[in-house]
Amino acid sequence: MKKEFNVIAKLVEKNSKVLDVGCGDGELMKYINENITNDIRGLEISKSNVQKCIEKGLTVIEGDAEKDLKQFPKSSFDYVILGQTLQAFLNPENVITELLRVGKKAIVTIPNFGYWKVRLHLLFKGTMPITKDLPNEWYNTPNLHMCTIKDFVNYCNKKNIKINSQNLSYKNLFSKLGIFVIEK
Amino acid sequence: MNDIKKVKKIIIDKPLKLDCGQTISNFPLAYETYGKLNDKKDNAILAFHALSGDQFAAGINPITKKEGWWNYLIGPGKAVDTEKYFVICANVIGGCMGSYGPSNINPKTNKNFATEFPVITINDMVNAQYHLLDFFKIEKLFSVLGGSMGGMQVLQFVSNFPHRSQTAIPIACTASHSAQNIALNELGRQSIMADHNWSNGFYGEYKKSPDKGLAVARMAAHITYLSKKGLEEKFGRKLQERDDLKFSFDADFQIESYLRYQGSVFVDRFDANSYLYITRAMDYFDLKKQFNGNLSKAFEKSNTKFFIISFTSDWLYPTSENREIVIALNSIGKNVGFAEITSDKGHDSFLLDVPDFLNTIKNFLNTSYNKLNEKRI
Repeated sequence: MKKEFNVIAKLVEKNSKVLDVGCGDGELMKYINENITNDIRGLEISKSNVQKCIEKGLTVIEGDAEKDLKQFPKSSFDYVILGQTLQAFLNPENVITELLRVGKKAIVTIPNFGYWKVRLHLLFKGTMPITKDLPNEWYNTPNLHMCTIKDFVNYCNKKNIKINSQNLSYKNLFSKLGIFVIEK
Repeated sequence: MNDIKKVKKIIIDKPLKLDCGQTISNFPLAYETYGKLNDKKDNAILAFHALSGDQFAAGINPITKKEGWWNYLIGPGKAVDTEKYFVICANVIGGCMGSYGPSNINPKTNKNFATEFPVITINDMVNAQYHLLDFFKIEKLFSVLGGSMGGMQVLQFVSNFPHRSQTAIPIACTASHSAQNIALNELGRQSIMADHNWSNGFYGEYKKSPDKGLAVARMAAHITYLSKKGLEEKFGRKLQERDDLKFSFDADFQIESYLRYQGSVFVDRFDANSYLYITRAMDYFDLKKQFNGNLSKAFEKSNTKFFIISFTSDWLYPTSENREIVIALNSIGKNVGFAEITSDKGHDSFLLDVPDFLNTIKNFLNTSYNKLNEKRI
């Protein structure tokens, strides 16, 4: 299991109601389902991933987060999780707004474009950074809106979204991944 | 068709008030079961059939001697495993496989009811089948499932009896029959009625049935169960046992021959008046309207866990209509899963060997059943 999942799972309260947006093959859901709460379901756009979730016995709704979050009522989940997909949406701002409407709290993770290796790659090679977390070339990456941890924190501050953000400059340089709990 | 007298039946003695206003009582409901009801009575699944189906969902149909219509899905070791679950399937009222329908004898006239049979609805069908729970003394079903018109019955069942099933699987269906589907059903009905032998429905008296009309209705309907791509792949422009066109109205093309065959075998097992009644019931189905335009209200009282399935190439009950049900459930925070299965086989996909579809049902049922048993421990 990815280390990231462990961190996310720890942020979820026992027996709470959870929606995993863009739940992928359901690995994280499965972990949370077995260890934290069984009131969890996922929203996933890829048909093959939907089948993988079903094979794991998970509740999954095939759908598109950019269109289908609106069907859920306000505060219908204790936690809404968005793992490393924010940067791939056409309109991330809209998705964040929806996450905060549907969930009492949202757990958002982003690949950090401010990570030192990423910075060095661009600085020395002069080409778009390719790392373990950002494996694609510029012409085939699904990521449309890359940001850094600092960008995300700044955004939340600007929009009056509550966010946990200690040691911002340090984290922005040394974290591959930003993991945040945000709420309205 | 005398074998029909031998099918299993319950006689429902309680009066049933139909949506049309009439009340029926002491009427037969034909059913079949697969697997065994366990001691806890927590493993029962009620399967609802579609327009042309009957109670013989699995195994070999004793009347037609052909495989049951859901034989891919239901059986020992299959997705709906009859070594684990107890499956009940009933013939809908209005049908022609032993349940109360237009071919039954009207005691007032001593002739077939024919078109004097009351118009029935999906709601009436479900209310009649509900008596099977009493008959088997089942407090709560483990699941209700069905495709197409069977799916409509699933939705109506949960709406009518919100606490009588743990799970529900509506497949390739709709909460409200569309204008396009009403139009297609009307085409079938008009085809039957245009057959000279139909005699306003009283063909039973003349020993001639409107076979041509019913066959054409079936042919037209059959096209709607397939997809353009599926037809292209299976038939294309291939010719039927000939090297060239015959410049006649023979079945030159394989697709023509196939449809003619489908039409001709259908009339051997299906009653034309039942076809009229059942298509009417589908047309009248509008669960949204039953709840003043708010479909969510239909499911408000229920904690039944849903899984909804649609197929990519189904243009008769497209994904968008299935998704409406998902939205209605999500908008009131109900537990629902949804998958659109990739298949070129059109609406008929739910009756065919489509592995992703079969696996979806298998996994949903088994996980749900295990969870229920965990809770009890």
